[in-house]
Amino acid sequence: MNFEALVIGAGPAGLGAALSLKENNINDILIIDREDSPGGILMQCIHNGFGLHRFKEELTGPEYAERDIRLAREKNIAILTRACVVDIIRGSGSFDIILLSEEKGLIHVEVKVVILAMGCRERNRGNIAIPGSRPAGILTAGFAQKMMNIFGHPPGNEIVILGSGDIGLIMARRLTLEGANVKAVIEAQPYAGGLNRNIVQCLHDFEIPLYLSHTISRISGSMRVNSVEVAPIEGGAFAGSQKRFALTCDTLLLSVGLIPENELSLRAGVALDPVTHGAIVDNDLMTSVPGIFACGNALQVHDLADNVSEEAECCGRSAAQYLAGGKAKARELPLKAGNLVRYVLPMRAEAGKETTISFRPISPAQKVILTVKTDKEELIRKKERKIFPSIMHRVRIPKIPEDAQFIEVSFASEEK
Amino acid sequence: MNNEYDVLIIGGGVVGAGIARELSHYKIRLALLEKEVDVSFGTSKSNSGIVHAGFHSPPNMLHARLCVEGNRLYDRLCEELEFPFERRGSLMVAFSEEEIQILQTYYERGRKNNVPYMELLSREKILEMEPNLNPDVLGALYAPTTGIVCPYEFCYALVEDALQNGLELFTSEKAVKIRRGKTRAVEVETEKGSCFSASFVINASGVHADEIAAAAGVAGFKITPRKGEEYLLDRRVANLVRRVIYPVPTPTSKGLLIIPTVDGPVMVGPSAVDIEDKTDLNTTADGLKAIFEHAQRMVPSIRTTDIITSFAGLRPVATGNDFIIGPTKMKGFINAAGIQSPGLTSSPAIAEMVRDILLKEGLKLEIKPDFIARRKGIVHIRKAVEDRDYEKVEEAIRANPDYSKLVCRCENVTEAEVAEAVKRGHTCMDSIKFMTRAGTGRCQGGFCTSRIMKIIERDTGTPLEKITKKGPGSEILFLPLIKGR
Repeated sequence: MNFEALVIGAGPAGLGAALSLKENNINDILIIDREDSPGGILMQCIHNGFGLHRFKEELTGPEYAERDIRLAREKNIAILTRACVVDIIRGSGSFDIILLSEEKGLIHVEVKVVILAMGCRERNRGNIAIPGSRPAGILTAGFAQKMMNIFGHPPGNEIVILGSGDIGLIMARRLTLEGANVKAVIEAQPYAGGLNRNIVQCLHDFEIPLYLSHTISRISGSMRVNSVEVAPIEGGAFAGSQKRFALTCDTLLLSVGLIPENELSLRAGVALDPVTHGAIVDNDLMTSVPGIFACGNALQVHDLADNVSEEAECCGRSAAQYLAGGKAKARELPLKAGNLVRYVLPMRAEAGKETTISFRPISPAQKVILTVKTDKEELIRKKERKIFPSIMHRVRIPKIPEDAQFIEVSFASEEK
Repeated sequence: MNNEYDVLIIGGGVVGAGIARELSHYKIRLALLEKEVDVSFGTSKSNSGIVHAGFHSPPNMLHARLCVEGNRLYDRLCEELEFPFERRGSLMVAFSEEEIQILQTYYERGRKNNVPYMELLSREKILEMEPNLNPDVLGALYAPTTGIVCPYEFCYALVEDALQNGLELFTSEKAVKIRRGKTRAVEVETEKGSCFSASFVINASGVHADEIAAAAGVAGFKITPRKGEEYLLDRRVANLVRRVIYPVPTPTSKGLLIIPTVDGPVMVGPSAVDIEDKTDLNTTADGLKAIFEHAQRMVPSIRTTDIITSFAGLRPVATGNDFIIGPTKMKGFINAAGIQSPGLTSSPAIAEMVRDILLKEGLKLEIKPDFIARRKGIVHIRKAVEDRDYEKVEEAIRANPDYSKLVCRCENVTEAEVAEAVKRGHTCMDSIKFMTRAGTGRCQGGFCTSRIMKIIERDTGTPLEKITKKGPGSEILFLPLIKGR
């Protein structure tokens, strides 16, 4: 089988990139997805709040996904579900894609362009090495969401949630509505990990306590979790035992971060960024391997599906341009994370070009000034009343100056 | 009466399983009782998976002889039973002149224990063999016969072969009462009230061996659980070491090691802390800290951020430290107790020793002419995918199309492998994980759990809400359902 473009993942990123390729006159596209049907994680996100930016209306996850799925069907974009890409082997001017398909067995597909849109996975108990026993009843918030919303089984009755990421907050509300007793949300940082609207709508509205600067220092229970020990964090370590307290529970949900899923990218030789855990990309969202592009949560973890779709559209456009014979690359310069900035994406950009940059603060701050500057001049200067690591910033630079050697994004306090 | 046996083994860890497999060669009625839902669920499942060469134990200990003998028996067992085993070799590394002197002691000890092919290596040679070792290393004791094995698959393979040869396996049966029998020498009653009579009862009950001996009225030793925590690292850093790296030992353990596993990823541990509670399988913040400090001394690039999971196990340490293997004052009741490290290595030799004891105690052992020595391992495609040997994958799919249905993305485990594990009687999540590696990777079951549950439901008829992680009480879906639903 031959295709011009292969898109890995049929979530909002993959669907968006494929639609954008089509929009830009690339007709020969195959989308691969490992699930039974397209839509990605959106299909288990039955809460609303999707599409406010893109469609100017409030949709649920499946409704949001349905719009892209319908468009893809109308435009005859091929979607192969129940299939996994296991390898991407670079040839000259093309890639040999190896697929395991439930329907077709092992198949080779030859393509000119690959778009990585595999999304991300959740950090789990093992990653954060919580001390204690290993009973049933410890699960990631996303898995609990799938159990609840797809299979119709609540994960438990008495629930403690570690981590205040958005999925954890949404599950706090969801399980409360199902009749469970959500006892607390525990967050190691001195600030919440999720969006403020979720703190208000999912915790405050249901009087679920949020313990900031606390973590779980021990899990107890041999067959099923029966309690967790909560410890304040003092100077980066668990506080003394007299300051700790126990919460009885039968379920512990973890919402402790998302990691872009890039095992396949590594196998294809794509260089990853140690901070984002996604690919290192240029302003076309092309990775270190020419012809391989990346977008969505596989590239960087986003706050909103709307932003994923926007990034995917840009990714599809550049991939189409590349397929159309490409363009001469202008001189590239690095984008750097300055004061209070955790990362900037893309990591390099072409002089003279328009670019949208994404970045996140390292920690919350108030009354700061955002600056985007080159070695010679300031391009953007903007007052920000409050910044949070949970809120990604996206800023458009209309034209990168021809003479710039680098671009640096930073936050500085207003007083200075 | 139906439940009459020539030999009844209590405990389905590697020791009990090894004895079962050895005795299944003979024309006897043989049974094994395991209190957990599957075999290998005690000490054996949280083992480091090292087949030690045998230079650690003082020559006068039973440890020393059985370890070296057991090590030798692995090649044949692996060929017959198709479990993952590799002779990777080991380095005991020294970082000071004092430690160099200690290496010499272990070298001599190994010679006395008949450990073959050992060498004391120079710094240059060591770094050539293991480039990620701390360059401050001064010398090492190299033992090429050290091996690594998948401890649970080894245990499962022994039991599967014994089952082919007539073993009767009773899981979820906890022996509680042991008394003189009427028809046979010994009678064993379980918590559920089942009764078993046997001419011989083998006590291979791990950390509970002292309780079982006491139940038989032949107490005389105490088992102290010595807890070991282990931390498994991401596949990304699987190439940190090729061989087992030992430090110079401490009085209570072989020290904190860096252990390559047969599945690829590297493990660090185990710690060694004597505890009281035989159910305490907690990992601790202190254990984590100590293990990584020691590991980093040997391989400086090891990071806690590479941990993908952790667990703890209990070594059954008997009074006197050595293995306790032999008959007791109760006729027909035989101990195979206190089998702490190097118990996994010694287990095949322990099995032979127990067989010889039974012979001496009067059991008639006549070889079965139709004994089936071979057990087929499950064909896994993970390695072929990793090595880009796609023809091999296609071959597997031709034989069984379910090899194209990926269940576990992290470890490339397919529906064919999970269904085969279920078919072999492994029907809880942990068993399937041990048998296939599904769920052991980076996402720790986030993607595959629901898929595996559906396969169990389909193939065994067990409703989803009855499927457990590791036996009753550990249901994945929580029941009773929330009030008012």
